[in-house]
Amino acid sequence: MNILSQIGSYFILLSKVFAKPEKKSVYYKQIVKEIQSLGINSIGIVIIISAFMGAVITLQTAYNTENPLLPKYLIGLGCRDSMMLEFSSTMIALILAGKVGSNIASELGTMRVSEQIDALEIMGVNSASYLILPKIIAALFFNPILTAISIIVGVTGGWIAVIATGVVSSEYFIIGIQYAFIPYYITYAMVKTVFFAFIITSVSSFHGYFASGGSIEVGRASTKAVVYSSIVILIFNVILTQLLLS
Amino acid sequence: MIEAINISKSFGKLKVLDDVSVKFDPGKTNLVIGQSGSGKTVLLKSLIGLIDPDQGKILYDDIVFSDLAFKEKKKIRQKVGMMFQGGALFDSATVIENVMYPLDMFTTDSYDEKLDRAHFCLERVNIENAGHLFPAEISGGMQKRVALARAIALNPKYLFCDEPNSGLDPKTAILIDALIQEITREFNITTVVNTHDMNSVMEIGEKVVFIFKGKKCWEGTRNEILDSDNHDLNDFVFANSLAKHIKNKT
Repeated sequence: MNILSQIGSYFILLSKVFAKPEKKSVYYKQIVKEIQSLGINSIGIVIIISAFMGAVITLQTAYNTENPLLPKYLIGLGCRDSMMLEFSSTMIALILAGKVGSNIASELGTMRVSEQIDALEIMGVNSASYLILPKIIAALFFNPILTAISIIVGVTGGWIAVIATGVVSSEYFIIGIQYAFIPYYITYAMVKTVFFAFIITSVSSFHGYFASGGSIEVGRASTKAVVYSSIVILIFNVILTQLLLS
Repeated sequence: MIEAINISKSFGKLKVLDDVSVKFDPGKTNLVIGQSGSGKTVLLKSLIGLIDPDQGKILYDDIVFSDLAFKEKKKIRQKVGMMFQGGALFDSATVIENVMYPLDMFTTDSYDEKLDRAHFCLERVNIENAGHLFPAEISGGMQKRVALARAIALNPKYLFCDEPNSGLDPKTAILIDALIQEITREFNITTVVNTHDMNSVMEIGEKVVFIFKGKKCWEGTRNEILDSDNHDLNDFVFANSLAKHIKNKT
């Protein structure tokens, strides 16, 4: 019953979030601010994680395909497809659920317990829309860029690992990343990214917006935001994969 | 004028407000006093629509606020200024941005006009030089003044202050009280102040409403309060030993 009530509250909140904005110029400024806070500030972590994961995927593929019957270009191909199909969309989304999700929930939770949200409501501002909509729009716009960066950096990381360790020649790796390229995989990755961006921002905002009490509750809301966002991302990962790749 | 008629509110089995009816006069500083947990914050939040009462009506100048649709409530709320207990200033914005916020949202003024108005409000509360600072960089007393400046930015018709003196030293508290009263008179605002500070009552309480265990227990002026024979009110007013001592002497 509690879960149903939470889901109901989530959709009621969304209906407030997507109400007509009071003043578009103010919202525009907020969106730019959120792109900086949620998107641009995440580029660093995405680059670091993607580079190392690309390198590890390449090395693991190389050590697991040490068979003369298997073509050498398989290592590059494995790295490219792993990054595109799963890592850059789903794994980065899970990492962002931790970084961005906890940030959103703690920001909104603190605003709630320090009565800043009440102050907005009393002024006649639709606080849900003013605070949450710019975050959703910023993430929907910028997360696909983060995914693209992750794919490029991941494959580059794999290539650097190949050069550094010599598990396969650089030429074979480059042939592999060009071999049997399916452009639809990009679409698949981007569609997933957009869904996950919405899940991260909306679920985290929900937990932060309805936080009550003090700092302990804000901490709990932040933890819940990460856990629930991650679970919903994993569920939708299965559903979207079946719908998009079947 | 703001009027509450037969307001009741319960949280679970706990009845926090029980059939409270009260009128707040325009152009006056109306004080709601009572012990912590007596229901005065719930009454204030019911008056401004942050809490929906289980029963009763809230009227703003004879318009039934509690029956209005969201859009119509918004119009009235834009005439309301609120000073929260903790200030409720936006952490990520500077003092001047905090004061300009309602102007940004609800006026079509140019940037310079909004800036001028924000500076005027900050001057009015005597902190014209703190505009560039963030809320975390200023003292509690200054935060309250900024909250008051933001509350009056849109020339409100109604001003609500929730425990404006909490956490302040007596001298700063008196300054805040004096500011609230001056602004109330200067702009002819209907002001409702929630407090349990007897200094405030004696300084600015033009009309005083005493809430006890969720019920309106007494109503009068600050001059009448000392002569009241209401037992619960006397217990509250003369709670500390200094007040008891003075009462016994007189």
